[in-house]
Amino acid sequence: MIADLVFYMCAALLVIGGIGVVTARNPMIAIIFMVMSFFNAAGIFLLLGAEFIALLTVMVYVGAVAVMFLFVLMTIDIDFEVLKDTSKKHLPLGVLVIGIMLSQIILGVFSGVFKSDEAAVTGMPIPEDGENIIHIGNILFTDYLLPFQASGFILLTAMIGAIVLTYRKRPDSKRQVIGKQVSRTREESMAILDVPKARGTAEMKPEEVK
Amino acid sequence: MHAAFHHVGLTEFLTLSSILFMIGVCGIVLNRKNIIIILMSIELMLMSININMVAFSSYLNDMGGQIFTFFILTIAAAELAIGLAIVTVFYRNRGNIDVDDADMMKG
Repeated sequence: MIADLVFYMCAALLVIGGIGVVTARNPMIAIIFMVMSFFNAAGIFLLLGAEFIALLTVMVYVGAVAVMFLFVLMTIDIDFEVLKDTSKKHLPLGVLVIGIMLSQIILGVFSGVFKSDEAAVTGMPIPEDGENIIHIGNILFTDYLLPFQASGFILLTAMIGAIVLTYRKRPDSKRQVIGKQVSRTREESMAILDVPKARGTAEMKPEEVK
Repeated sequence: MHAAFHHVGLTEFLTLSSILFMIGVCGIVLNRKNIIIILMSIELMLMSININMVAFSSYLNDMGGQIFTFFILTIAAAELAIGLAIVTVFYRNRGNIDVDDADMMKG
């Protein structure tokens, strides 16, 4: 009974958040709606017994993704009214594609294929003791070690890619180049002058400077 | 089957997932010019897939769905980092983020 209530509450807020993301006039509001919908998705994961995935969702999406969106949105200065699509040129095609996909999914979901209680377990049953994170770790670091390493490499590639894409050298900003600094010699860096009285170094002729 | 399925069936979770996926597709079609909203819509679609995966994981009493959700989250984060880097570079070069302006390749 409580589970029903929690499910419908989370589902309603999730859908409202999704609609808010899609229809919001201001992208800042869209990000807030996205955070709301991801929180409720985490609630649904909790309801399904996937505690680790729920916490991961909150950490990754609310902690990283939403902050990254906000960061980019604050960095760039955009008039978002210009980006409103007023042409509606692609709307019929979009409606057609969405209609086909929605009807397919509805047919699939309500076809009754998933109604059977025969659990087609693929060799990784969820034990009953409720230690979700221990079992995920046991599987992830044994059977799925290679995909785990591969996903680490994908994250590394993404990090390097993002840095390479956004890095730029500014010619007008002064930066410290350690190698240049260390490889200076005494001869090219300083000169010992015999400065005449009552005249500064600025008034010395070039041939006087040794 | 997990305890959550005693009242709410698998169909409800799949319906929720498909509704969320369709909202994501609608977002891409409706906000065709604003690439930030398009990226958010893609995140919504990935989240609907995650709900699908975890629902089946719970329904079939199988850990595989949750493991896959872990990998989907990884890919989503990587994709988003690259996407937002491209948005930043595009803004720096063009002064706006209109998707229609990205036609230098004439593709």
